[in-house]
Amino acid sequence: MEKKRYERPVIKRLETGVPAKFGRPQKPEIMSDIDGVSVESLVNQFGSPLYVYSEKQIRDKYRKAYKAFSTRYPKVQFAWSYKTNYLGAICNVFHQEGSWAEVVSGFEYDKARALGVEGSKIIFNGPDKSVEDLEKAIKNDSPIHIDHLDELYTLIELSGKAGKKPSVAIRINMDTGIYPRWDRFGFNYENGQAWDALNKIMHSGKLELIGLHTHIGTFMLSTEAYRVAAIKMADLARGLKDKFNHKIKYIDMGGGFATANTLKGSYLPGDDITPSIEDFAEAITSALVNAHFSTDELPVLVLESGRALIDEAGYMIGTVLANKRLATGQRATIADIGVNLLFTSFWYEHKVKPAQEVTQFTEPSKIYGPLCMNIDIMRDNIELPLLNKGDRFVVHHTGAYNNTQWLQFITLRPNVVMIDENGQPHLIREKESLEDIKKLEQIPEHLRNFEL
Amino acid sequence: MKINPNIAINENGLLFNPSTGESFRVNPTGARVAELLKEERSLDVIISKIQEEYEVDRYTLEKDIADFIQLLKNNALIQNNE
Repeated sequence: MEKKRYERPVIKRLETGVPAKFGRPQKPEIMSDIDGVSVESLVNQFGSPLYVYSEKQIRDKYRKAYKAFSTRYPKVQFAWSYKTNYLGAICNVFHQEGSWAEVVSGFEYDKARALGVEGSKIIFNGPDKSVEDLEKAIKNDSPIHIDHLDELYTLIELSGKAGKKPSVAIRINMDTGIYPRWDRFGFNYENGQAWDALNKIMHSGKLELIGLHTHIGTFMLSTEAYRVAAIKMADLARGLKDKFNHKIKYIDMGGGFATANTLKGSYLPGDDITPSIEDFAEAITSALVNAHFSTDELPVLVLESGRALIDEAGYMIGTVLANKRLATGQRATIADIGVNLLFTSFWYEHKVKPAQEVTQFTEPSKIYGPLCMNIDIMRDNIELPLLNKGDRFVVHHTGAYNNTQWLQFITLRPNVVMIDENGQPHLIREKESLEDIKKLEQIPEHLRNFEL
Repeated sequence: MKINPNIAINENGLLFNPSTGESFRVNPTGARVAELLKEERSLDVIISKIQEEYEVDRYTLEKDIADFIQLLKNNALIQNNE
């Protein structure tokens, strides 16, 4: 007789009373493959933990977003936000789809150049641009988004030296009716800082003002805030036309659109409350269309969406290392994915699905990572099916920020693979080895030997 | 160790304790272990019986059954006089 799949014995007291608002709990969903490639075969080939990207899902998401904006506004340009995920293969999928690059440091700028992005298609944002970075950007005709007056004066100075007018935009911060209000980047709209900066640029005669930029926040669940922002940006653009008879080429609305992830403390799951990309597109484009630009002065709408385009196309496969019961009686599962690899578990309640058959039985559990650190908690409280040691699971919506904010901490960083549109997995970043770490370190002569 | 002899377990995994009026739900392995406990089998017998029926190693099973017995105790389903 063939033996049955084992599941640890559990008992749960039945509570009578009012049913939950959302009805009976559902049978746990199982995810045994990603884009048709079985989780087990991926682990066998590339190990666990493992980052997995779906090329198909990235392209689908990009095309859906592009369509949402381009069907509502005639001139749309996306620029891929490098800080969200700058693995070369990921960036190149976006560049193949037509995205420019949006970078926030000299390192990211060089990375975009090394991948072959033309200088004029690299938008240079952020508060930290060294003189060398700025000189490079001026030479390559990259749009430089000015963050503060110190940078503005540096650029005026460099313009004289280079004998060439840098192409610039300024970053605007504003009140869009949301909290928190991001006022640390750029120049404020309401208090006149923005006009002060624009006047300085126009009167200097040394800078070519080509655009206006804003980025109102991150993981925004309100489309109204974008409508307000677009109205204020259009107002500045029209004002430049009236005051200086100057036409800007683009309005850059940044990104910050929320994804289907669930923020910690959120009452409802992310999939239920996140506005669709069409909702965001409608809010922004209708405000710009209603600003009544004349046909020849209609600015290009630039979008720097990062998270919304990659988050849901990224998965992590992990393995259960152990199960234990805590002093409080709560079940704890220790997994091989820690906060060093899944940085976003600090603010998301990531969806976790088992990769093999389970019954409908679950236990309220904590999922710990493998690190010997008390803060290493992947999920604080989750109704988890009864996973055995060695079982695999899939963590959802991990594509944004995890491969840029990951830490080489206690363990080495694992393999990253991308499944192409034909269901073929490709290694896109090799796992680190001790040699990789040692290569960067130097031990002074007098510290080389010791006796114990 | 002895499970409360009055409890009733049905094939759908419903466990009823008539002395408190409480109902519980057990998964198939849980039901099997509870039945064996009711039959007053020793831990060794329970472990080998479960191993005959399920794909599981002895260490995992020992650990999980100890945990399950703790859950039964927490729910006052095991008599404490032993």
